[in-house]
Amino acid sequence: MTLYDLAFGPFAEFGFMRRALAGCLALALGCGPIGTFLVIRRMSLMGDALSHAVLPGAALGFILGGLSLPAMSLGGVGAGLVVALLSGLVTRLTPLREDASFAAFYLISLALGVLLVSTHGSNVDLLHLLFGSILAIDNAALVLIGAVASMSLLSLAVIYRPLVVECFDPGFLRAVGGRGGLVHTVFLALVVLNLVAGFQALGTLMAVGLMMLPAAAARFWVHELWMLSAASSALAFASGFLGLLLSYHLDLPSGPSIVLVAGLAYFASVLCGSRDSLRTLYLQRRQPAA
Amino acid sequence: MSGSSGGAIVLRNVTLAYDGHPAVHRLSGEFSRGSLTAIVGPNGAGKSTLMKGMVGVLRPTDGLIQPDGLGGGGIAYLPQHAEIERRFPISVIQTVLLGHWRRIGWTRRVTRELCEAAQRALAAVGLAGFERRPIGTLSAGQFQRVLFARLIVQDAALILLDEPLAAVDWRTSEDLLRLIASWHREGRTVAAVLHDLDQVRAYFPDTLLLARECVAWGPTREALMPQNLRRARDLSETWSGEGENHRSAPGPWRAGLAGYPDPLPASGEREGSA
Repeated sequence: MTLYDLAFGPFAEFGFMRRALAGCLALALGCGPIGTFLVIRRMSLMGDALSHAVLPGAALGFILGGLSLPAMSLGGVGAGLVVALLSGLVTRLTPLREDASFAAFYLISLALGVLLVSTHGSNVDLLHLLFGSILAIDNAALVLIGAVASMSLLSLAVIYRPLVVECFDPGFLRAVGGRGGLVHTVFLALVVLNLVAGFQALGTLMAVGLMMLPAAAARFWVHELWMLSAASSALAFASGFLGLLLSYHLDLPSGPSIVLVAGLAYFASVLCGSRDSLRTLYLQRRQPAA
Repeated sequence: MSGSSGGAIVLRNVTLAYDGHPAVHRLSGEFSRGSLTAIVGPNGAGKSTLMKGMVGVLRPTDGLIQPDGLGGGGIAYLPQHAEIERRFPISVIQTVLLGHWRRIGWTRRVTRELCEAAQRALAAVGLAGFERRPIGTLSAGQFQRVLFARLIVQDAALILLDEPLAAVDWRTSEDLLRLIASWHREGRTVAAVLHDLDQVRAYFPDTLLLARECVAWGPTREALMPQNLRRARDLSETWSGEGENHRSAPGPWRAGLAGYPDPLPASGEREGSA
């Protein structure tokens, strides 16, 4: 078997692999910049929380509509937005910090989601919802993922400037009347949409992996915001490509495979990235002294 | 400079609460057009809260805050350090350009004139040539100069500064005080929270001495009379047991002011209940 067969054979041969790859490309385009902002705003845990929050909604959609994409997606978006709004409300009205209130809501929704699926479906269904399946990416799913990616990039283009200022100096944005609250809400909605787009392929538990890991890894290579976004997208797509191959050749679930490849990229970046990595911090410091 | 005729703010019986605790109580008075006022007082006296009230990010629980004659420039406000993400990947010139916010908003283009105004402002704070530096590489003093350049670009009729000199070295604070004085000469209205009473006496014609309520508000020499400072300290003792961060740090100017509690917070630290 040649390298070409290993790397491109599955995609040349099978339509579902091509669709999965196209899905990964679209996901990577949306998740790159959004993950970058999550990392930069120190909201990584919030992304995690929202991804769990999507589950009961998707489960509800699954119970009402079976394995139907529109039903599960609508349910997922609804549940994600409800959790985002409720935890925002709890943060504003009580002294509880935002990360804690998000954690509370996502634990509740995760439990609720698992309960719903396990009482109304089989274990296979539950595994499918939690960890995704490349086979699930049909044309409709591909259109959904592509639409979400396009909308994310367009919306980000509109809110880019206030979002940057909201991350960098929220007090300034408040003082000049820049509507930081609105920007924050739109951004959270984009996070939810991208998580829902990702859960078909990756599952609800893994969807956030393609968002956070490449963004966290990119930080060890480049500095500027647009470079971070571009590098995150590139890393996310590369992880998708390699993860799909792994999943195909070794017969592994696609979600964990893709996320594990992204995880490997993250570890490699922590160890030998060009900025602030362990290599630059500890190996190069010794050299001038020697 | 379009905003050269200063704005005014009138306070009528204003009460402000922060996190549910009363912080400013029944304050009345006026930052009149073109005035240059220092706001001083012990920790927890409500100085920062008053600033937030005037900017409009905090609504008074009672009374009225009436801005007047602000024009298009609005209020330029420099909050305390804590809220700014210093490691954010943004360059010096981009930070200064944010001062144009009211002209560029969410999506409008940054024109060449706006860029040149930002570069002139950088030169005015002594940072010409720093345009492309990431802000993470600046010292505390340099960063404060960048924020002052952003204030210049905002071109506002009313400028509010919350502890603008808290974390900077002597030379920077002299330069920044000279900038504040130049804004005063241009006719802008300026109010600043300060801790160094020598600086207040040297540069600020008017002073508001605050201890949750107004202790004195008028010409600096009269407002900072020893009996007023003593009264501010006595008032502060009524709330200093509330458990917020009222820890003392040695103040450079305390020697001649026996009895006045040290109001210098540790640099960069936010005032807990203020």
